[in-house]
Amino acid sequence: MNGVHDLGGMDGFGVVDVEADEPVFHAAWEGVVFGLAAVMSAQRLRNTGAFRHAIERMDPAHYLGSPYYEHWLTGLITLLIEQGVISRAELEARGGGHFPLSRPVRAGAVVSSTPSAAAPRFAVGSAVRVCNLHPLGHTRCPRYVRGKHGTVARVDGRFPLPDVAAHGGARCEQYTYAVRFDGHELWGAAADRGAVVYVDLWESYLEPAAGVGAAGRSPTALQRLPADVMGRSAPPSPTGC
Amino acid sequence: MSEPDGDHHHPTPLSPVEARARALEELLKEKGLLPEGFIDAVVSAYENDIGPMNGARVVAHAWVDPAYKARLLADGTAAIAELGFGGPEGEHLVAVENTPAVHNVVVCTLCSCYPWPVLGLPPSWYKSPPYRARMVREPRVLLREMGLDLPENVEIRVWDSSAEIRYMVLPERPTGTEGKSEPQLAALVTRDAMIGTARLGAAPQHRFGGPLPDGSLRGPKSDRLL
Repeated sequence: MNGVHDLGGMDGFGVVDVEADEPVFHAAWEGVVFGLAAVMSAQRLRNTGAFRHAIERMDPAHYLGSPYYEHWLTGLITLLIEQGVISRAELEARGGGHFPLSRPVRAGAVVSSTPSAAAPRFAVGSAVRVCNLHPLGHTRCPRYVRGKHGTVARVDGRFPLPDVAAHGGARCEQYTYAVRFDGHELWGAAADRGAVVYVDLWESYLEPAAGVGAAGRSPTALQRLPADVMGRSAPPSPTGC
Repeated sequence: MSEPDGDHHHPTPLSPVEARARALEELLKEKGLLPEGFIDAVVSAYENDIGPMNGARVVAHAWVDPAYKARLLADGTAAIAELGFGGPEGEHLVAVENTPAVHNVVVCTLCSCYPWPVLGLPPSWYKSPPYRARMVREPRVLLREMGLDLPENVEIRVWDSSAEIRYMVLPERPTGTEGKSEPQLAALVTRDAMIGTARLGAAPQHRFGGPLPDGSLRGPKSDRLL
């Protein structure tokens, strides 16, 4: 989703405020939240993609106006309530007060996804273009590189595609690549001199720089069910290239 | 952690977020999903054992052992495991090397990805909107604001850890440190140098990895240079 969390390249936030002699946890509750996230992971009550997406679905004003571990707390509570493990009433009965939750999931489950072939589609040096993706669900393709041209700098292993894993889809592993982008490609004349950015991207986020031609979209593009929780109906449509 | 002040009579009311965290903790305990002592153990590990003093040992070892440095740059995960470090957020580690011509810096624009086993948990500024927004767009300007003014001819490589790889920077070994032992070198390495928002110079710096005056091995909680 094009959420508030996708911050790369935004302006207006001011200076980076560095806290001298910062403790690992500023207060006991931060450690509690970190520990609760760890125990939920150990109890298989959350996966990373679903947890991140629960945070991404926070109201944007809440996200920007709250400390980091409040994001975690809101994401954890939202996930536990959505999974039926706890209820909002149970929490509020324990004196927790009002619990602001994240907004509902808008993306439908992925019904068709293609793992990478045994061999990576791209090699070091391959010229690639990032697909113009705007899924309503979770993705790890940052907005600031979509549609941009880059060069594969490193091929990593195959990892579960978060766009699928976050929405309960079957395991779909694809290669990830470190793609090098020239500053001018990303920011035009405003780019800092001599700056390049490397972004790690899953295979289905990428297409050959020359385009995919008549064959259409990427072989590893996704198809989703219509968004069910919003009560909308739409035919499944490709969300890949 | 449930009674951090060791007192059932809270002198001040809990803030809303504290109350919410406490309610969730109690509820998960009641449902049998939170083993006794679990949170304390996790908190203690990240407050005491997992931090930038680990990464400093990796860096110092790479400085003194060229074969290790080659292994570190070729397969960071395996080389770091040689020193006993690994675990959550450290399953796939890549070390990127600074040289006189290249400076590396790490960010996570989408959330807060960070190499926990070698650097511990990230500082607040690393997770903050201004750092995440600006480091990919104006790294030279932002580094200068943060106290690192790089010459114009130094290429800046920004690593946005958007997938499964977690990055640490291998800083250049400061000049004038030829006679130092590996533990002494580790004591020169700062967290910010391993994120890439600082470089190691001749100026005295806070340290990680070396013994403190009281003989303990635990470093200060921040090595900020500014």
